Amino acid sequence: MTKEERIENIKRISGTDVRKCMKCGKCSGRCPAFKDMDIKPHQFVTMLGKGEIDKLLESKAIWNCLSCMACVERCPRGVAPAAVVEAIRDTVVRMQGKNGIKAEEIPPIVDELIPQQLLVSAYRKYNK
Amino acid sequence: MKISYYPGCTLKTKAKDLDKIARLCASVLGVEMEEIENWQCCGAVYPMGTDEIATKLSAVRALDHAKKNGGKLLTLCSACHNVIKRTNEDMKTNKDIRFRANNYLQLDEPYGGETEVLHYLEMLKTVVGFDNIKKAVKNPLNRKIGAYYGCLLLRPSGVMAFDNPENPTIIEDFIRAIGGTPVIYPFRNECCGAYVALKNKDLPKQKSCKVLASAKEKGAEEVITACPLCLYNLQVNGDGILPVRYFTELLAEALGV
Repeated sequence: MTKEERIENIKRISGTDVRKCMKCGKCSGRCPAFKDMDIKPHQFVTMLGKGEIDKLLESKAIWNCLSCMACVERCPRGVAPAAVVEAIRDTVVRMQGKNGIKAEEIPPIVDELIPQQLLVSAYRKYNK
Repeated sequence: MKISYYPGCTLKTKAKDLDKIARLCASVLGVEMEEIENWQCCGAVYPMGTDEIATKLSAVRALDHAKKNGGKLLTLCSACHNVIKRTNEDMKTNKDIRFRANNYLQLDEPYGGETEVLHYLEMLKTVVGFDNIKKAVKNPLNRKIGAYYGCLLLRPSGVMAFDNPENPTIIEDFIRAIGGTPVIYPFRNECCGAYVALKNKDLPKQKSCKVLASAKEKGAEEVITACPLCLYNLQVNGDGILPVRYFTELLAEALGV
């Protein structure tokens, strides 16, 4: 698999057209996880457009995006930065041994109030 | 009136009371919630990857069941509502997903997004009517209540079509109907920190504290939500700034159920 093929696949599974971005920065301005995003939502869009995926695949931001859809809601051009973040995270967790959380890490952090919804959603986001 | 109902995993385990209370209140208001057979967990998060298909099938199965049983599917958990409604939109508008889902499921008749997905709050508003709830109230709640919408009911608004995503009113209207005073505060449609709670506790702590501090500053005495995960984050990671309850608990209190 060439790098170009990987870029193409990420663009395809994101389902969004990064070329439509007009660089207004509203997505990052609205992001509630901004401080925890080492690469900001608008940078995800720009960097994927330029094919700079190596840094994106190594970013901490893919684990901190809340999928709250605030960036998608505010984009005046109909781009979905959250879908770019998800496409990168999907690409990472689909690699052997690259899951974001291991099953054995979960029991010690589960308290008696944790809803199943939290466990299922985190597992779906971070693991394949 | 009978409506097909999808409870979801959390309402059958950690939040059993919420399921029970919602059913009791609905029956007082003339709606019978009929749990669909053999439902499966919706997955709790909508898979955005366009190549994801297996993760959407449980929602399609539920939708197809509801299609054959009245045409409406009632949800209560915000996450189930988000996943099922967005999947339904895919089945309606995305030819590729519709083809692959139907190719796998081999239903008697292909499913194409025919079912109407209705959240419990929307059912209260459109099926029962807030005016009728007002009439049924026995114990009006004379206190200041902050509505917490979070993300899942509102966004993406193009698909969810639940309310104005920046300035929603449905939960405030609900609070008025049960005799309370709604408190408008700036962080009511901000994220609570969601599933990141499992990996990075600090982020949900910051977010949940901000939401509750914002509600308190505007005079709320308590906050209500429709999402078990928001409830958990606000209660456990929100430093106890305000009490947080599920909206159906207040409905039950007002109806004297």
